[in-house]
Amino acid sequence: MATDTLNPRSWLYPTPRGLYCEPGDFYVDPAVAVARAVITHGHGDHARPGHRAALATSETLAIMRARFEDMPNTTQQPLAYGETVRLGEVDVRLAPAGHILGSAQAVLTFKGQRTVVSGDFKRRADPTCPPFEPVPCDVFITEATFALPVFHHPSDAGEIGKLLRSVATFPERTHLVGVYALGKCQRVIKLLRAAGYDRRIWLHGGLLSLCKLYQDHGIDLGDVAPVSDAILETFKGAIVLCPPSAMTDRWSRRFADPVAAICSGWMGVRARARQRGAELPLVISDHADWPELTQTLKDVGAPKVWVTHGREEALVHYARSIGIDAEALHLAGREEEGA
Amino acid sequence: MQTFAQLLDSLSFESARNAKLRLIETYLRAVPDPDRGWALAALTGGLDFPAAKPALLRGFGQDKIGHELFALSYDYVGDLAETLALIWGTNPAAGPPPSLGEVVETLQRATKTQTPAILKRWLDALDSTGRWALLKLLTGALRVGVSARLAKQAAANIGNQPVDAVGEIWHGLTPPYRPLFDWLLQGAPRPSSNAGGAFLPPMLANPIDRTELDTLDPAHFRAEWKWDGIRVQVAASGGVTRLYSRAGEDISSSFPDIVEAIDFEGVFDGELLVRREEAVAPFNDLQQRLNRKSVTPKMLKEHPAHVRLYDVLQLEGEDLRGLPFDQRRARLEAWMALAPRARFDLSPLVTFQDWAHLSELREAMKSDGIEGLMLKRADSGYLAGRPKGPWFKWKRDPMLADCVLMYAQRGHGKRSSFYSDFTFGCWRDGAEGKRALAPVGKAYFGFTDEELRWLDKWVRDHTTNRFGPVREVTQELVLEVAFDGIARSSRHKSGLALRFPRIHRIRRDKPAAEADTVDALLRLLP
Repeated sequence: MATDTLNPRSWLYPTPRGLYCEPGDFYVDPAVAVARAVITHGHGDHARPGHRAALATSETLAIMRARFEDMPNTTQQPLAYGETVRLGEVDVRLAPAGHILGSAQAVLTFKGQRTVVSGDFKRRADPTCPPFEPVPCDVFITEATFALPVFHHPSDAGEIGKLLRSVATFPERTHLVGVYALGKCQRVIKLLRAAGYDRRIWLHGGLLSLCKLYQDHGIDLGDVAPVSDAILETFKGAIVLCPPSAMTDRWSRRFADPVAAICSGWMGVRARARQRGAELPLVISDHADWPELTQTLKDVGAPKVWVTHGREEALVHYARSIGIDAEALHLAGREEEGA
Repeated sequence: MQTFAQLLDSLSFESARNAKLRLIETYLRAVPDPDRGWALAALTGGLDFPAAKPALLRGFGQDKIGHELFALSYDYVGDLAETLALIWGTNPAAGPPPSLGEVVETLQRATKTQTPAILKRWLDALDSTGRWALLKLLTGALRVGVSARLAKQAAANIGNQPVDAVGEIWHGLTPPYRPLFDWLLQGAPRPSSNAGGAFLPPMLANPIDRTELDTLDPAHFRAEWKWDGIRVQVAASGGVTRLYSRAGEDISSSFPDIVEAIDFEGVFDGELLVRREEAVAPFNDLQQRLNRKSVTPKMLKEHPAHVRLYDVLQLEGEDLRGLPFDQRRARLEAWMALAPRARFDLSPLVTFQDWAHLSELREAMKSDGIEGLMLKRADSGYLAGRPKGPWFKWKRDPMLADCVLMYAQRGHGKRSSFYSDFTFGCWRDGAEGKRALAPVGKAYFGFTDEELRWLDKWVRDHTTNRFGPVREVTQELVLEVAFDGIARSSRHKSGLALRFPRIHRIRRDKPAAEADTVDALLRLLP
């Protein structure tokens, strides 16, 4: 790797449209529609509609088609994990990020210098996608959603155990579980199945199409059904998954005395959980926590780290303290929160 | 400790009063002495661990992850105990976690130099929730939405007793309250309530406005001025004299001038004020005297305390609470007429014909020491708690000023991580005739949750500068600030201090240049 004379910022840098790779003439996860985009994964702040050409894993492209009315005007270029393609003067490879179905890190090599754009990632096992692959590199661009030493996500099994204990304690109440439609929803279903919960899991209408997409990709979710198919009585003691926004919506009033559970990495901080109205906060996150983030910096061994979206201050401070040349990288269009 | 931690954890996510009661009751029934007693003491604010203060905990955190990361973590979480609990990992080699009784009893015996090592061992042994509960316990601010009264209510409930039966004997009891639980659960006799200087649960008023008044018959009510001090109970019985806050906190040590002047037997309800030559000083002056463990002679001289009495609950051993207001008032007036009392006087009744007349009197009263009017039913006994109907407070309308948002800081507790502490200013002529904003106050409530989200986003989008946790913003957002009073202050740059300021409205429509001036505020001074 490593060409000492080449400044990595000279060929990959932030612009108002997003992170731009000049010798490849493409953007990574741009904030607006562009001519050519490399997309790390299907979440809305990374994958946007309207690009003339998009390169991503076939799973991510499928997610984008499901969200953006089939994208008939976008030339789609699927790239499997591990394969390399050349765009302009840059070699592009996608490596698993362990975040959600299809999620990838963009491994970009130009004149022997390698920069990895991690996108969003996590290190713990996820039954819906292959695990994060640490790629040795010269520059590592990391997310920092949970980059504070206060974030130690507990074990998934323990958190699912809390949910199942609550279901056992309040068998007459519906457990409304707030989950993001893409990734979290399907992972929580898989975790429930792994914990031996084989009853029907009910889904809010907003979750159906992506669950179907996961099933089409060979991920078995067991017995799931839309809420609209059932009569009221059925929900006593049931687990109902819905987007977090639906929990305070009129939609949720159909359930008698529901227990409000929310699955998110933010639930580890009490005030956050209370602000979201969670009665049963479950710390289940698709983003790396502090130990995972700091371990990853060691695993990839990059002498330079650029820290993006989240609490970059703390991670930059930590990286410098272990001798890494770290700086914050402000990217357009990233939500500060929403994990 | 783990059971207590689970109780606190559940309480902190439960908002319904009855559910909170059930959680505490279940705990008090299930957990044996002395742990349940220590838990009750913790919930009622009856424990104090002087060796485990915030500075010690901050030091632990800084040692663990460094000053910078700890500061960032604390700023984000907004709660010292929780921050430390989250960053501290569990050490499987640390042995079993301590029980609540072990924690309390060990710390009461430990010297100041022993405390840090003991605490670290417990932090290693507990899980994250256990650490959080331990640290909340040590710092004395549980913040789980349980008042002392609610905790006493739960205790009373497990013995099927009214809460006031517990409240009356409370000040004769000490943690871990074995005689209390023996009475409530084992049928032992009720602990004695005739401990000297006992606190009697006070009677509280409900707010009312002009339109609601019309549904009431003015002939049934008596009116008093609502003094702008703090409500206190003067308790002199069984040879013990004490001064209590409304919540039953013993504040005698902060007010030796009052306690020394008590040369009588009785329990009185009144307003604690700072009074100079007949005039009530601004609330700000009284604030100087509050929360001080020791009081300097200078403070006593310059901020002399005074109690303005308006009710009598007990007189020379006789319980008067069953008498109607008019009869208690007559007893109080007769007693006051017996002898002049240094540091005590009588709050006069305000006579009026009808509500319109009283409304005029309320409008005409401009004194700074008065917050409004109290209305009390002539035929009502002195009832503990906040009964609906007999007592009302009719506050003065707040004053309003249009101020410009200058700085914002993240809040604590419920508002943690939101920019919710707002410093605002008004215009003042500066150098070379240019106008500049001078900060006039700080407010962290008054807005709805929705407005808070809007303000938080506005602050994030309009930040021009950062000073540690404080963000400076562009000077363009006008906030209509409501406040109950205004006083001169040498401690504030603008030379004035607002009483009880809160955000009344967000004036997105108003240009910042049209906000009020400091001079305009000064003209409001009484």
